[in-house]
Amino acid sequence: MAFDSLRSLWTKPLLVNQLPSGPYYGILAEFTTPADLYHACERVRDAGFTRWDAHTPFPVHGLEGAMGLRRSPLPWIILVSGLTGAALGFGLQWWVHSSAYPLVISGKPLLAWPAYIPITFELGVLFAALGAVLGMLGLNRLPMHHHPLFQSKLFERVTDDAFFISIESWDPRFDASATGKLLKSLGARNVELLES
Amino acid sequence: MTTDRDRVALRPEQATIPPGHPWNRLPVIGAGCALLGGVVCAILGAANPKQFFFSWLVAFLFFLSLALGALFFVLIHYATQGGWGIVVRRIGETVFATIPVMAALILPVLLGLHDLYEWSHPEAVARDALLQWKAPYLNVPFFLIRAAFYFGCWSFIALLYYRGSRGQDATGDPAVSVRLRRFAGPAIIVLALTTAFASVDWIMSLTPHWYSTIFGVYFFAGSFVGFFALLSVVAVAMRRAGLLDTVISAEHLHDIGKLLFAFMVFWTYIGFSQFFLIWYANLPEETIWYKARMEGSWLTVSLFLMAGHFVVPFFYLMGRPVKRNGATLAIGGAWLLVMHLVDLYWQVMPTLHPDGFSPSLLDVAALVAVGGCFVAAASWLMRRQALVPLRDPRLAESLAFENV
Repeated sequence: MAFDSLRSLWTKPLLVNQLPSGPYYGILAEFTTPADLYHACERVRDAGFTRWDAHTPFPVHGLEGAMGLRRSPLPWIILVSGLTGAALGFGLQWWVHSSAYPLVISGKPLLAWPAYIPITFELGVLFAALGAVLGMLGLNRLPMHHHPLFQSKLFERVTDDAFFISIESWDPRFDASATGKLLKSLGARNVELLES
Repeated sequence: MTTDRDRVALRPEQATIPPGHPWNRLPVIGAGCALLGGVVCAILGAANPKQFFFSWLVAFLFFLSLALGALFFVLIHYATQGGWGIVVRRIGETVFATIPVMAALILPVLLGLHDLYEWSHPEAVARDALLQWKAPYLNVPFFLIRAAFYFGCWSFIALLYYRGSRGQDATGDPAVSVRLRRFAGPAIIVLALTTAFASVDWIMSLTPHWYSTIFGVYFFAGSFVGFFALLSVVAVAMRRAGLLDTVISAEHLHDIGKLLFAFMVFWTYIGFSQFFLIWYANLPEETIWYKARMEGSWLTVSLFLMAGHFVVPFFYLMGRPVKRNGATLAIGGAWLLVMHLVDLYWQVMPTLHPDGFSPSLLDVAALVAVGGCFVAAASWLMRRQALVPLRDPRLAESLAFENV
């Protein structure tokens, strides 16, 4: 269960273009309240869609559960980068101090491990922080200079007072008219088909 | 007229120990352990009083540090107006309400002053310049006055908060929360200073020639780890026993686990800082304490402490699922509780056994005796009170708490 989140690292490879290739990008549906969006997400999840997303002006508690999202693999990226940083920090000092330029300082042994701990700790934290930021950007495919959703006039209100679901056209269950009808039936105020 | 504030979000029967529940027997079991431990201590201690006093000191410090950690936890909760932990606050309040009992349990330490503390011997002071230099602080009358002062401060704060919280159960008056919050800041300062000085008096002065300016923080950090370890074990045990199982959720366990993890790292940070500067500067009046712990079998204990109090729990408690699952969190908590005991043992015992680690039956007997008193007092209070601050204005917030 703890390793579940790792799976998305190879089901959705990093650094690969994540936009559908067909004539349509997908369907955008606008909802008026967070509650409408929440319940619509539960239904979209239960209908078996996998390539879709929800967009809100502010965090909605529990939405990740309603969308059926798996935990992010980001903590694993942070752990690995943090341990790498710590190992590099310790290794560099060890190598410099006891092999590349051995120097006895205040009578301490050449492998003076307590003296290496502060740098080891700092480099561990630095690499973990960099892993967190870069990993987050990578998993989100950022920076991305344009996105098909920005074609939509409706979508401009996503940072203001509107709540959206977008279903991408390469979802196996995607069907331009049936999916639109489904979203309408879930209480969408507007439904829009977007080109690639 | 009822407002939102007056609405009780929890039925009292969800938050009390029902009649006939096995936990009702805990005060008797605790008292039995205290009696048994006390008798064994008396029999074995008569033959070896020095060992008894040291064993008792470790046991006393262990349970006292849990109570002080609980007091810190509740005070910080008030000071920061924390919402999440209201459902476990009463557990903390019950733990620190044992402080007046701890005040009685320090008596053997005071009786054993001459066996424990080198500076209490005038002839040792007379031939030692450093002890003479420290004598204005390290002398018997001032030591006793300070001990009385510490327990006076702690008991005052503990009873103020315990009674305030219990009183709010009856009245539901939100002004109680405001009053206790205002008092929390100054109380934390008093508690931090008295705890630091108490640890200097009772632990550090076992090696009276030693200097360390960070020792008070080290003791405080260990106390906090001990309390969160205890809290995670008790919270999970209560859920298993059918008490508060509808109240304490995985969300609360998750937060207890996060704090346990954080203060375990904090303890390591402070412990290493103390060691690192002393190791680096290499001054005799500072290194004596570590030298005793880096020779013979004490080195093994030191390495075990490093691994068991940091490396293993660091990776064990890091993951989210471990902290949200009752069984795995309680295993981590129980482990760190034992390591907290090892930590205190490692701080105290090399003074008595400089040649190496040498466990004694009296260590166990003293632990059972003091622990029995602690459990009896806390569980006796638990039977007489709600297990949750029923009418705290933030109870509803705590019940609905979710980690993002």
